[in-house]
Amino acid sequence: MNQKLLKIRDLSVQFHNSEGIARAVDGVSFDLAAGETLGLVGESGCGKSVTALSILSLIPSPPGRIESGRIHFENQDLLALDTEKLRRIRGRDISMIFQEPMTSLNPVLSIGRQVAEPLIVHKGYSKSDALAEATAWLEHVKIPAARNRLGDYPHQLSGGMRQRVMIAMAMICRPKLLIADEPTTALDVTIQAQILALMLELKAQMNTSLLLITHDLGVVAQVATRALVMYAGQIVEEGPIADIFDQQFHPYTQGLLKSMPRLGDRLAGGAGRLDEIPGTVPPTTARITGCKFADRCAYVFETCRERQPALFQIRPGHRARCWLKHYPERRRQRG
Amino acid sequence: MADVPLLKVNELVKEFPLGRGLFARTRARVRAVDGVSFTVSRGETFALVGESGCGKTTLGRLILRLIEPSSGDIEFDGQNIQSLRGNQMRRVRRRMQIIFQDPHSSLDPRMKVDTIVTEPLYAIEPLPRDQRREVAAALLEKVGLQPADLDKYPHEFSGGQRQRIGIARALCVQPELIVADEPVSSLDVSIQAQIINLMQDLKHEFNLSYVFISHDLSVVEHVSNRIAVMYLGTIVELAPAEEFSISPRHPYTAALLQAVPMPDPHHRTEPALIAGDVPSPIDPPAGCAFHPRCSHAFDSCRAERPPLIEATPQHFVACWLNEGKGL
Repeated sequence: MNQKLLKIRDLSVQFHNSEGIARAVDGVSFDLAAGETLGLVGESGCGKSVTALSILSLIPSPPGRIESGRIHFENQDLLALDTEKLRRIRGRDISMIFQEPMTSLNPVLSIGRQVAEPLIVHKGYSKSDALAEATAWLEHVKIPAARNRLGDYPHQLSGGMRQRVMIAMAMICRPKLLIADEPTTALDVTIQAQILALMLELKAQMNTSLLLITHDLGVVAQVATRALVMYAGQIVEEGPIADIFDQQFHPYTQGLLKSMPRLGDRLAGGAGRLDEIPGTVPPTTARITGCKFADRCAYVFETCRERQPALFQIRPGHRARCWLKHYPERRRQRG
Repeated sequence: MADVPLLKVNELVKEFPLGRGLFARTRARVRAVDGVSFTVSRGETFALVGESGCGKTTLGRLILRLIEPSSGDIEFDGQNIQSLRGNQMRRVRRRMQIIFQDPHSSLDPRMKVDTIVTEPLYAIEPLPRDQRREVAAALLEKVGLQPADLDKYPHEFSGGQRQRIGIARALCVQPELIVADEPVSSLDVSIQAQIINLMQDLKHEFNLSYVFISHDLSVVEHVSNRIAVMYLGTIVELAPAEEFSISPRHPYTAALLQAVPMPDPHHRTEPALIAGDVPSPIDPPAGCAFHPRCSHAFDSCRAERPPLIEATPQHFVACWLNEGKGL
C-alpha cells in the first residue's frame, strides 16, 4: 500500500576544512512514501539542506564528502550511479526548488527557455513544442499574461513570480519527487501563502511526493503529513504531523515549539517571557560522545552524557532520540 | 511631562529619486514613506509591520535622522529635531539608538568587542581606555556575555551573540528610544526567544521605548503595546496589540494575519488569500493603494485615498469600509 519512493539509510556527510572535520549529517535514515509530504525541520546548520543536496549528489566536493549511507530511489542506489545516469534523474524524476529564486535561475536566459529546457533535455521535445508547453506551465503556475512573458529575464520578475517560474521548471517533467529547500523563506507572508498553496495544488494534480525543508514550524504544520526534526546533523524526532505538534517527545522539539511566539497569545494573557532554549548548537566539528542536545537540555542526566541515545519508538510511527524514553521518571522529577 | 510623547512623527514623507530620467526634468521619484504620523510614549513598544518595500525601514531611519525627510517633522521629547545641527543634534542622538537586522554586517569585523560596544560613547565623550573597558564589561554583563568576550572579534560569536553585542552597543549611551529594525529576523527560533526576552528585560530595567520594525506578526504581537501596519508607505491600521489579531479592521491586516502559517496542524488555513503582488511604489494605484488586491474594493476606493480615522478608541484605520460608505 504505502510504496516507499525514497529510502535513506545511515547517511553521513562530512566537510573537511581548516577547522577540522565538520559532521554536517551524522547517520540520517528515513523513508518517504509515494504521495507523501514530508517536512524536514531544524535550525541553521542542523544538516537539513545537506541531507537534501545529498539525494541528488549536489554536495560540493571537495570539501564535502558522503562518508557512508545509501539513498534508494525506486530501487536504485542514487549514490552508486554515475554522472550520466544521475543527470537523467535530476529534473526528470526528482526536481529541486531552492530558497533564493534569483540565484537559482540563470540571469542571462529568458524564463521561457529555462522552463522549456527540461523537456528538451529529458523528453526530446522540439524547441517549439517545449516552448508551447512552457507557456502552458507558466499559466498553470498563475503568471499573468504568461505568453507575453516568455522572453522576460529573471530580474524583470518579482520574488514571488520567480519562485513560480522555478516551480514550473521543476514540475514540467512531472517528477515523482520534488525537493523544496526553504522555498518560501525569502518571500513575504502573503506571497508565501500563495506559493505554498500552489505547490500543494500541483503536488495533488501530479501525484508528486514532496520533501519540504524549512526552519518554519508554522509552514510544516500547515503543509506536511509527517515531519522529521533535525538537530546537529541527526534526526532527533520523527512522526506524524499531529504527534509532532500535540505530543512531541524530545525536549528539543518541545523547546522549539514553546519558544515561538504565537498569534493570539496576547489574548490568552501570554505577553510574558518566552521559553528559551539556553545556549547554542554545538559546532559541527565537536566530537560529542553522548546526546548532542545534552548541554542545552533541562532534563540532562549522566546517561545522556555517556551514551548516545538511538531513535526509540514512542508510539507507532513516532520516534525520538532521547533517553527519557527509558528513564521516564527523570522527566517527572523536573515537573 | 507625562503628556509630552517621547517621539512624535508628523506627516513624514520621504521621496527617493530613481536613477535619471531620459530628460533631466522627468526624473521619476518613489515615495517610500508617504505622510506618516504617530507618537510613541515613554516605556512603550511601538511596532511597524509590513511586507518588504512598505517603507518601514526607511521610516526607522528617518526617525533617527540617518536620512533626511522630504517633508514633515519629528519631535523628540517635545523638541523639533528637524532643524538641529552639530552638537545639538549629537546631544539628541545619544538619547536614541538603533539595532540592525543583520548582526553579521552591522559589526566591524576588524574591531574588538570592547571597541565596538563603546563606540557610540567615543563619538560623544572620549574616555580613557581603562574606563572604556569598564563600561564595556558592564554592558556585556547586561546582555548576557562574559568579560572574557571583550577581546574577541565579531567572527568568534554566533548570530545570537552578535545580536547581543549590537544591543550592548545601542545601550552604551543610555538611550531612551531604540529603533530596532528586524532585530530577530535573521535568528533561529530558539535564539530569537532569547533575544526577545533580553530586549523585554532591558526595556523594563532602563524604561526604554522601542520602535520595533518587523515583518513577523507573531513576534510583533508578543512584544508591542501598539502596532502600525504599513502598506506602500502609509499606515493603514494602528491598533493596540491586544486587539490586533482578533479585530483587524483593514482588509490588508486581515489578509496578513490569515497568511501567517500557524504552528497547528489541526487548523490549516484556507488559501482564500489576497491575490497578486504589492504594486510598484513608483507608480502606486490611485485612491487606496490596496484596492487592486482588495476583495471589498468599490468606487470610493479607486477614487480617493481613505484617511486614517479612529474607528474605535485607540484603533485607527485607513479604509473606506470604516467610513460607512461601504458594506
